[in-house]
Amino acid sequence: MEIVRTKDVVYEYIRRDDEGEVTGVVTAVDHVSLEVEQGDFVAILGHNGSGKSTLAKHFNAILVPEEGTVWVDGIDTAQDERVWKVRQTAGMVFQNPDNQIIGQVVEEDVGFGPENMGVPTEEIWKRVNESLKAVGMYEYRKHSPNKLSGGQKQRVSIAGVLAMRPKCIVLDEPTAMLDPNGRKEVLAAVKELNKSEKVSVILITHYMEEVVDADKVFVMDAGKVVMSGTPREIFSQVERLKELRLDVPQATLLAYELKKKGIRLKDGILTQEELIEAVEKYGNNS
Amino acid sequence: MFRDITLGQFYQTDSVIHRLDPRVKLLGTVLFFVSLFCFNNPVGYAVAMLFLAMVIIISNVPFTYMIKGLRSIIFILLITVVVNLFAVTGEPVVSFWKLTVTKEGIIQAVYMIFKLSMLIIGSSIVTLTTTPNNLTDGLEKGLGFLKIFKVPVHEVAMMMSIALRFIPILLEETDKIMKAQLARGADFESGNIFKRVKAYVPILVPLFVSAFRRANDLAMAMEARCYRGGASRTKMKPLKYAGRDVIAYVILFVYTAGSIVAGRLPAFSIDSLFAMVKSIIER
Repeated sequence: MEIVRTKDVVYEYIRRDDEGEVTGVVTAVDHVSLEVEQGDFVAILGHNGSGKSTLAKHFNAILVPEEGTVWVDGIDTAQDERVWKVRQTAGMVFQNPDNQIIGQVVEEDVGFGPENMGVPTEEIWKRVNESLKAVGMYEYRKHSPNKLSGGQKQRVSIAGVLAMRPKCIVLDEPTAMLDPNGRKEVLAAVKELNKSEKVSVILITHYMEEVVDADKVFVMDAGKVVMSGTPREIFSQVERLKELRLDVPQATLLAYELKKKGIRLKDGILTQEELIEAVEKYGNNS
Repeated sequence: MFRDITLGQFYQTDSVIHRLDPRVKLLGTVLFFVSLFCFNNPVGYAVAMLFLAMVIIISNVPFTYMIKGLRSIIFILLITVVVNLFAVTGEPVVSFWKLTVTKEGIIQAVYMIFKLSMLIIGSSIVTLTTTPNNLTDGLEKGLGFLKIFKVPVHEVAMMMSIALRFIPILLEETDKIMKAQLARGADFESGNIFKRVKAYVPILVPLFVSAFRRANDLAMAMEARCYRGGASRTKMKPLKYAGRDVIAYVILFVYTAGSIVAGRLPAFSIDSLFAMVKSIIER
């Protein structure tokens, strides 16, 4: 069963001048229909301004579509009275780690979501400890968030969402403000959650390396979903991705360039290991 | 330059006072303040000082930390002393030019010094032994009854704790903006006071813009985590009274009652003390 489903979703930003006159309409999301299966790791790719963040905010009922419908676990997000259920089902992690931590102590921040949901005290503590252990931040539970690194802060944010026991986590460019090490640790935590806790993950990003392990990838451009498929299917279309101003993983790019020069390698190489294997095989054959 | 700033003045150590429920400490401070205005004789002051000394010793906080708070009010202290010395009418002791120092004036001045110092020390004990977090919790719960009068207690407490969380972040940001402006040739050091104040405008404008942006982000993050005001919330760390809190309450009420009684003791009025001192000097 699908956890998130959208049908013909349209969302427009209306630009107004000082007098409140409409000066322009930007269609950020343009007739998007997609489905995310329960337990899947789905990535949504796109360069800046492609509408991917706007779309992400629909999954959490922060934005409600102007046209079309978004269902989260079967609930229409436009229903006002069920908005809290939607937000609990699809938790959201944002880009800036500083601006989404509310508590002054790590464990208090993780407890914020369950507190809002009215979970009894003992149950909150249980969830907080479990969530912090799941992202590997349990030792830091008494620390002030200000003293943590960016990657650690994002892991605390993920734990904060996890403590609400969501079926799905939407991550809106969670690594955009992190250094490479921070990016790695956050991604590792997300993948681990997807695998061991069976939480569906929707990762919004523009880093290609992060989507290599995804079950499904959607590529957005100008508010529309222009490509969809497995990472292998997507990355075999290097030309198309370049048109969309997106990078491909280094290994894929190298394989593509080699193939253009006449070296016959197999299609859809994503990782360094695969590339090495393919090149060795080519060397042995010729 | 802002890195070494400490928030609030919490002194990290373990003591019974630290572990007390913040509500006890808050009510205790109020009662202590009230008691200070209940008496005006040496016995009352002795009782209050004894009580304060006891609390300080139990709290395990070095006395020098308490004194620090006094430094900031030294001018207020001086002004009160001077005003009291000359303005209180009564039996003249010394007089020069048009000013007369009276006996009552001296007594009042001494009393005021003690009163104000004890006020400050009393309140700094609370902030020294309670984390800002705990303090907001205590205020939220302790003032919860104000909700009947439509006072948004929870919202104010939430704002306070968010402010506490963001002060270090905004200070760091100020530091960054300042350095950025310095790198572009901004001058914060020279010129008169007006020029210097004006020089801070290019810091304040970006700081405010970024603060609003942060506020916007934070509001969205809070909503995404199902925040909808205080009504149906539960607490991860609910305040619960323990045995020691009850004992503290009892001690507090005994002290307050004691100080009120001390204030009404006629035998120890200041005049008799003065007469005693006078007789000792004259002997």
